[in-house]
Amino acid sequence: MSTATHTLAQHGPEMRQDPVQRKRRRMRPGAVVVAVLRYIALVISAVLFLLPFYLILRNSVSLDTDITAPGWTLFPRQIQWANFAELFTDPSVNILRALANSAIIAVLQTAGMLLLCSMAGYGLARIPYRWATPIFYAILVTLMIPPAVTFIPSFIIVSQLRWVDTYQGIIVPVLFSGFTTFLFRQYFLNFPRSLEEAARVDGLGYFGAFWRVVVPNSLAFFAAIAVITFIASWNAFLWPLIIGQDSSMWTVQVALSTFLTAQTINLHELFLAAAVSIAPLVLVFLFLQRYLVQGVAETGIKG
Amino acid sequence: MSAPTLMAPAANTAPPRRRAKGRIAGVTGAFWLFVGPFVVGLVIFVFVPIIWSVVLSFSRAQNTVTPGDWVGLQNYIDLLQPGPFLDSLITFTIFAAFIVPLTFALSLGLALLLNGVRILRAFFRSVYFLPTACSYVVASLVWKLSVFNGVRFGLANTVLGWFGVDNIAWLATTDPPWYWLVIVTVRLWLQIGFYMILFLAGLQRISPELYEAAAVDGARNSWQTFRYITFPQLRATSVAVLLLLLINAYQAFDEFFNLLGNSSFARPPLVYLYYTAQFNQDFGHGTAGAVILALLIMVVTLAQGRIFGFGRAE
Repeated sequence: MSTATHTLAQHGPEMRQDPVQRKRRRMRPGAVVVAVLRYIALVISAVLFLLPFYLILRNSVSLDTDITAPGWTLFPRQIQWANFAELFTDPSVNILRALANSAIIAVLQTAGMLLLCSMAGYGLARIPYRWATPIFYAILVTLMIPPAVTFIPSFIIVSQLRWVDTYQGIIVPVLFSGFTTFLFRQYFLNFPRSLEEAARVDGLGYFGAFWRVVVPNSLAFFAAIAVITFIASWNAFLWPLIIGQDSSMWTVQVALSTFLTAQTINLHELFLAAAVSIAPLVLVFLFLQRYLVQGVAETGIKG
Repeated sequence: MSAPTLMAPAANTAPPRRRAKGRIAGVTGAFWLFVGPFVVGLVIFVFVPIIWSVVLSFSRAQNTVTPGDWVGLQNYIDLLQPGPFLDSLITFTIFAAFIVPLTFALSLGLALLLNGVRILRAFFRSVYFLPTACSYVVASLVWKLSVFNGVRFGLANTVLGWFGVDNIAWLATTDPPWYWLVIVTVRLWLQIGFYMILFLAGLQRISPELYEAAAVDGARNSWQTFRYITFPQLRATSVAVLLLLLINAYQAFDEFFNLLGNSSFARPPLVYLYYTAQFNQDFGHGTAGAVILALLIMVVTLAQGRIFGFGRAE
């Protein structure tokens, strides 16, 4: 439903002003100048935004002597494909382990959060239980305290559970997001009731209606939340830094940060590791950008 | 993964199931089946830790997380004396004074620019949004080792070199405090695209009839249209963006930690707490600091709700 309004809103104004010819005839010289200035500003901004990505790519396939050379070379004199082999075989830099840790944590965190928060959101939105409202308020209260401020309390409970240096220690405490549950509740409140009633007539309970009717008809919303959660999880730093203390539990962000601070690693290796660490997200970005944009518009405005 | 144990209370409160398994008839049972696992997790990983830390903040807790050695308000009194904790709040204030207005203005500006063009619009939007895929760690790495590394081959110094300016040691210079330029630009690059998307969504929701009406009423130039139509119509979005920016600046950790470490001249609250609790194992002062920060952020959120009516009226 929100998808529908979103796309409508996006195309509405354009359709209205559509008759291109009328527009062209009216375009005065002043308007042309404004349009040209707009595009110049857009192109300059685009160059600035892409610059850091260019630096990562350039340095990751260069020799250290080229990176540190006094004169700036736009591209490496020769692309050093050997840097890949060097990075992945360097015993002091276990980047593959870090990438695997990040992937395991991000996938499980995304799946777990979708499962727990969507079910909780549906229950709060649709099941008329007498304690539903007080429980919803108890969840709302947690929205006022950002998780980063509670990292010490959370660390205390994880250490009591002896979950330091474990996957569950990094994954589980982050799953119970009041905010995601809140978003799911708001979404399910707007879900067309007629579909669920049809499921009722077919003899399904709440559980069956949710899994067979509601979830299959809400995949766009699930995808939007999933993409946002995955990116946040992959890029998370403070919590994995505190819980994953042993080098075998480092995520790729913690590993990069350690190499950056210690500087025991070649420049080109560090930049190549950075490039490898953002590659999965750039892929997510390219293929799922529609859901990402929707997710940002959806989650941001209600925050 | 801990779902089976978490769902145990649901099974207890559920009335006898009437039909085939998988079908839960009772409202109570169904509710706890859906909401129970989340609520149990929320209690264990949010409510219990918060209560535990409030208790611990009244104890002397060096190298331990067990309360018992009561010191009353001493931890709070220590923190509120002139010292590193108050310095960290000043650091946050300076940081917010730069990052909040700059991000607001630049992301709104980009959204307005984009909204006024048709050709290549999706392309430019993707380019500005792309840094969202990048982590603070990677961005800090590029800023520290390439853009602002303070030696000749760094990008900033190379560009300045073309104009005959000497090398600047960006992160090590405290007078003038060039490190602020590094810290602020890294976050600007990472977050402008995100807030631009929020403003674009807000701009799309403004009814075109309003602009037509404004044209009829004699709004001639684009500044008047912006001043009297666009900006007032973006009020809800603007309020939400300002609050998000402020709360996110308050939680700044990654770029300060990776660019400056535990340096005394720019240590925001979370970096100070990290070194107090994780590094020095002083959990009494650490939890007291966390309580103060949480209270401050709650006051800001509630005040914002009071002043702007939650900014969600739309």
